[in-house]
Amino acid sequence: MSDRQELVIRGLHKSFDTAQGPLQVLRDIHLQVPQGEFVAIIGPSGCGKSTLLRVIAGLDPDYDGDVTLDGERVQQPGVDKGFVFQEHRLFPWLTVAENIAANLSLKDRATREKVKQLIHLVHLDGFEQAYPRQLSGGMAQRVAIARALLRDPKVLLMDEPFGALDAFTRAHMQDVMLNVWLQNRTTVILVTHDIDEAIVLAQRVVVMRAKPGSVQTIVPVNLPYPRKRSDTRLLELRREVLRQLESHMVEYTPVSVPRDTERRRSY
Amino acid sequence: MQNVEMQSSSPDVPVVGQSVGGLEAPVPKARSRRRGNRRTWPFVGAYLPVTVLVVWQGVCSLQLVVPAILPSPIQIADAFIQLTRTGELLADLKISLIRVILGFLLGAGLGLICGILAGMYRRFEEIVDPTVQMLRTIPHLAITPLFILWLGLGEWSKDVLIATGAFFPMYINTFMGIRSVDAKLFDVARVLQFSRLQQVSKLVLPAALPNLLLGLRLSIGVSWLGLVVAELLGSSSGVGYLILNAQQFSQTDVVFVGLIVFAAVGKLSDSLVRVLEHRLLRWRDSYTG
Ligand SMILES: Nc1ncnc2c1ncn2[C@@H]1O[C@H](COP(=O)(O)OP(=O)(O)OP(=O)(O)O)[C@@H](O)[C@H]1O
Ligand SMILES: [Mg+2]
Repeated sequence: MSDRQELVIRGLHKSFDTAQGPLQVLRDIHLQVPQGEFVAIIGPSGCGKSTLLRVIAGLDPDYDGDVTLDGERVQQPGVDKGFVFQEHRLFPWLTVAENIAANLSLKDRATREKVKQLIHLVHLDGFEQAYPRQLSGGMAQRVAIARALLRDPKVLLMDEPFGALDAFTRAHMQDVMLNVWLQNRTTVILVTHDIDEAIVLAQRVVVMRAKPGSVQTIVPVNLPYPRKRSDTRLLELRREVLRQLESHMVEYTPVSVPRDTERRRSY
Repeated sequence: MQNVEMQSSSPDVPVVGQSVGGLEAPVPKARSRRRGNRRTWPFVGAYLPVTVLVVWQGVCSLQLVVPAILPSPIQIADAFIQLTRTGELLADLKISLIRVILGFLLGAGLGLICGILAGMYRRFEEIVDPTVQMLRTIPHLAITPLFILWLGLGEWSKDVLIATGAFFPMYINTFMGIRSVDAKLFDVARVLQFSRLQQVSKLVLPAALPNLLLGLRLSIGVSWLGLVVAELLGSSSGVGYLILNAQQFSQTDVVFVGLIVFAAVGKLSDSLVRVLEHRLLRWRDSYTG
């Protein structure tokens, strides 16, 4: 098996210096993501999902172990590692089209064409000249996704990109995301705290545990797209992921949980 | 002014059952939307000054005050016309304008550069900022005698005085503007591989723009203040001198003409910046009252 066209993480350790001494956040992470795969990462809050994603993005190059993309060690951020943050982080003084282009010139014909296509891809036709303040949260997040896609990243990293959205908008965004991925086949790594989101979208779900952050297990989701949210096989997978998540969270087990909350529980 | 009011009414929260490919209605062009509960009156800003003028003229026409104390609006208009006709007013205004522009460019330009450097480079801030903050506490008009001593009564002392005043608001607001740039956007700039230059031109400056423009306005205001003091303290030309001279000959109407000219150009320069603000800050949505 070759390392080409792949994201490979080997023996990744990461700690932060804090006032109380070093704090180990990630311990011995191993993960291989072949080109074009859709991977979801799920885990309890504070287990180091964002930290892991930032390391892969090169935003935090101070780590131990190996993180390589196409055989090259990741040391600094760049357009080949597209990043969609939890908040949209658009430039408020730029319009939708300008935000997508950002430091690329819209005077360039090729760029302009591509921006137009991407705006269509994320269903924002007609909003080219709108400013971020005129957009809803979901629309702004789609602009952020388009901005990352314009640079043809080898891997698209997304840190709970739909976390702040209401349930309907989120489902809509998941469909948009799936369409984008089915058309582009970029490698996608999606951090989420929503089990349903993970199993509906991803081909593999990486379940993490906390203290220190490490990979608990990897659950493959071998179901064809598009997936029906009501598919019974998904329900089974959902139970499996939930079981994995809870196996290390004994201390958090609530005494009595209303049935309704139990069903909608998310991490 | 009105389209500032436009609020985003998020037209895009998908409804239940909306299809994936459902297209949203395009954003309407920035369109003024009048507040329902407030009627706009035409020329509402003119009501107060017009009333004052009418009362003023009435008081003078009834000869309740001596013209040497308070000339009537008509007398002032008369003096204005005469001064314009002789060319005196225009010449003085021109000299004053040159002074204020030179001083302002010098001071505000330096303030802008120092503000950017201090904002971008911590080392520069550590070296320069404490001194600037110390000097700032001296009322700069109190330094006037020193400038006259050092630079004489020529143009330089006036330009430098104006520049000194113009420097501080520009420096402080530029610095603050840059420091208030959202650090999270720097992460974005790194991911998108902004060059150092792009970081300044595409991120730092646009983000600091509201503060820059505020600094600009304050700076211009202080420049006019500096000009008046410079011309009143030692000068043989300019609108300030016109006022001083008229006062010595008890030509109160001419004093008023000078004041009105100051008010007019001051307001005009302020309006220019406001127009600039309005155009450059269209992307903001702030409370508009
Ligand atoms: N810059 C930092 N300095 C010190 N500690 C940090 C830093 N960034 C993160 N941490 C610590 O690392 C741990 C993991 O943080 P991280 O943000 O990666 O969690 P997460 O899995 O993304 O959580 P969430 O689901 O809540 O977003 C936390 O305990 C946090 O306190
Ligand atoms: Mg996180």
